[in-house]
Amino acid sequence: MVSSQIIILAIIATSIATFISRFMGALTSEKVSVKSNIFKWFNCVAYSTLAALLGRMIIFPAGVLAESEIIIRLIVFFVCIAIFILSKKNLVLPTIASAILLSFLTNF
Amino acid sequence: MINSQAFFTGLKSLKGSRSPAIPLAACFIALGALFKDAGFNIQQSVASSLFTYALPGQLVMAESIVLGTSIINIFLAVWLVNFRLYPMTVSLFPLLKHKSQPKWKYYLSCHFLAVSSWLIAKEGYRKIEKKHRIDFWIGIGTGTLATAVILTVVGYMSADFFNKDMLIGLAIVNPVYFFCMMIGAMKDLAVSISVVLGSTLGPVIYLFSAEWSLLFAGLIAGSIAFFVGEKNGK
Repeated sequence: MVSSQIIILAIIATSIATFISRFMGALTSEKVSVKSNIFKWFNCVAYSTLAALLGRMIIFPAGVLAESEIIIRLIVFFVCIAIFILSKKNLVLPTIASAILLSFLTNF
Repeated sequence: MINSQAFFTGLKSLKGSRSPAIPLAACFIALGALFKDAGFNIQQSVASSLFTYALPGQLVMAESIVLGTSIINIFLAVWLVNFRLYPMTVSLFPLLKHKSQPKWKYYLSCHFLAVSSWLIAKEGYRKIEKKHRIDFWIGIGTGTLATAVILTVVGYMSADFFNKDMLIGLAIVNPVYFFCMMIGAMKDLAVSISVVLGSTLGPVIYLFSAEWSLLFAGLIAGSIAFFVGEKNGK
């Protein structure tokens, strides 16, 4: 069992490490104008970093997701994206389908 | 001090079929269950979701604790995985700026920045009068953060009812939902290239450097997307 002191220290370290990025962002924003090129660049970097994170979560996941097979995760992922596009961008259908499909295929 | 109409418009974005409450529920319930497994008590689990409120970082922390990683290494690993919040804030907060609003609102409300709140705010800010956009943002953030904290508790308390297959099912909801939302946001060339290239480069660079992959993938894919977008006059 991990000591409770370590857990509390880890929570504090994690929270500070996370808040630094948010707060630096708020400070930088004061000097950035919406019409500037730097704003457009930050926008692209934000979308691509987020996409990189999501891509990594599917292909190299952390936590329980790592116990499913990669090929199954990819099938579920593409099927759900297809559902999203075909259902005229309904968000509920693909998300519910993803959970059911993955649980089902993992046991198949 | 806070415009209540804008605040509640933000808060109400939790309702309806586009609600971010669905993926938030799935992933924070799974996180609560994971915390219980890792030996956290319920107060610690709540504190983590309330003060960190960034799922990938919390996952890294919980796994590192189980592995016995040092605090300084946890700090670095979390900083790298959550560094995305920096460009995300800079690509949102200038849109919410208004000179009549006090700075503390921005400094405190940056804590609400997460994938879910960011995507909702980017989708909805145009409908809100410029002066009240920050209050709209505070409304969104209050709703999403409260949802995350409550569902961490639900996940923690119901950990024993979930079997592994159910948790795996819950864990996939988050990337699928956010990917769908990003596809919905692909309205111009630069953003479309950012999303497609970022999601490909992320896993590829991960093969060479697990910790730095997000930073590098984001910078490279984002910069390419920006230049291609500029060249094509968008």
